Amino acid sequence: MAGKILLEVITPDRLVVREEVDMVVATGIEGEFGVLPNHAPLLCLLQIGEGRYKKDGKTEYMAIIGGVVEVFENKMTILADAAELAREIDLKRAMEARERAIKRLRQREKIDVARAEAALRRAMVRLKVAQRAGLIESILPESISE
Amino acid sequence: MPGLRDIKRKIVAVKKTQQITRAMNMVAAAKLRSVQARMEGFRVYADKYKELISHLSMVGGVSGDSFPLLQKREEIKKIHLVVLTADRGLCGAFNTNLINKTEKFIAEAKEKGQEVSLTVLGRRGVSYFKRYRADLVKNTYEDIVGKFDYAFVSRMARELVTSFLTGEADEVALLYAHFGSVLRQIPTVEPLLPIVPQGVSEEASKVEYIYEPKATEILREILPKSINIQLYSRLLENEVSEHAARMTAMDNATNNCKEMITQLTLIFNKARQASITKELMDIVGGAEALKG
Repeated sequence: MAGKILLEVITPDRLVVREEVDMVVATGIEGEFGVLPNHAPLLCLLQIGEGRYKKDGKTEYMAIIGGVVEVFENKMTILADAAELAREIDLKRAMEARERAIKRLRQREKIDVARAEAALRRAMVRLKVAQRAGLIESILPESISE
Repeated sequence: MPGLRDIKRKIVAVKKTQQITRAMNMVAAAKLRSVQARMEGFRVYADKYKELISHLSMVGGVSGDSFPLLQKREEIKKIHLVVLTADRGLCGAFNTNLINKTEKFIAEAKEKGQEVSLTVLGRRGVSYFKRYRADLVKNTYEDIVGKFDYAFVSRMARELVTSFLTGEADEVALLYAHFGSVLRQIPTVEPLLPIVPQGVSEEASKVEYIYEPKATEILREILPKSINIQLYSRLLENEVSEHAARMTAMDNATNNCKEMITQLTLIFNKARQASITKELMDIVGGAEALKG
């Protein structure tokens, strides 16, 4: 097995991850991309999306709320506005945030659409990540099923 | 001379005050440590970000023309000042110093014919400026110390950037209490916008990176965030300063209480001694009279 790459996920509030891992996948502005050990130097913008890394055959999922990533000398640094490992996600809060955003978008009037959409995206990513990690079964909201 | 009981009552009262000030001192010390830890945590993020920005501005060949946030206005007519104060008093001259510095800033700008508008954070500053400088105050935030988070700061930064870009302000500056040491907090003015790019280390710029999207695009995206970072770290620093100021003030108060108790106890003992002497003299006098 080839060497490992050091992954660091840093947010303004805390260090989320610092681990030697086998592979990292993140959601760049132009789509998902994978980073293996000894990757060439890279600077990339991230969108609100899923991130995951493989370590000793196990995959960990995380929600990454935008930011920028640097790969340099076998070290990958993700500077995120916010980030959580799947098990750290506050599911209740994410569901509520989603309901709120959907309600707002339905009103259509007098709202900051961009802001509501961003809130919705954040909530959706958190829920999706939780689902991918097997923490919840379905992420369909009640208000959409109608 | 006040009666014995009056002095006793006074001593008890001062002792109670001392208990309170000592408790406040310890609370401030504990808070100081926790905010300092938060600051340390944030520094990792902030340093990395600064490094990225200086690297990118090097590679992208950044000039003010392509980045409005870096562009210096030729004529500065309107300055927007963000003033950080505390929500609570009992921290010595902390708030007064910040307010005085602001007043000085306003006076100096007026001399140069510049207009000043204010965003005030912290209840102490808000109540002062609303009362005396209501015409300048544009925005206020109260009850934020110890409660603000990164999202709050981002929102505030966005508003400031907007007001800069729309020409509502030609310059945005920040006034906060720089944490010199536990004993010294210095009110400081610092420019926020336009952004002043920092020097780049030579070695970093030699590495060939893959950029996605282009370096200038990345920079355009993350440049506004450097405002968030600056604001957030200064808010934290201001909070550290506040706790340090309160700690010192409460330490002084505790010492003053101690001194007062010593003096009052002295007076109390003297008064007690005097009353005993008086009683003894009465007894002796009475005995003498009986002998006679």
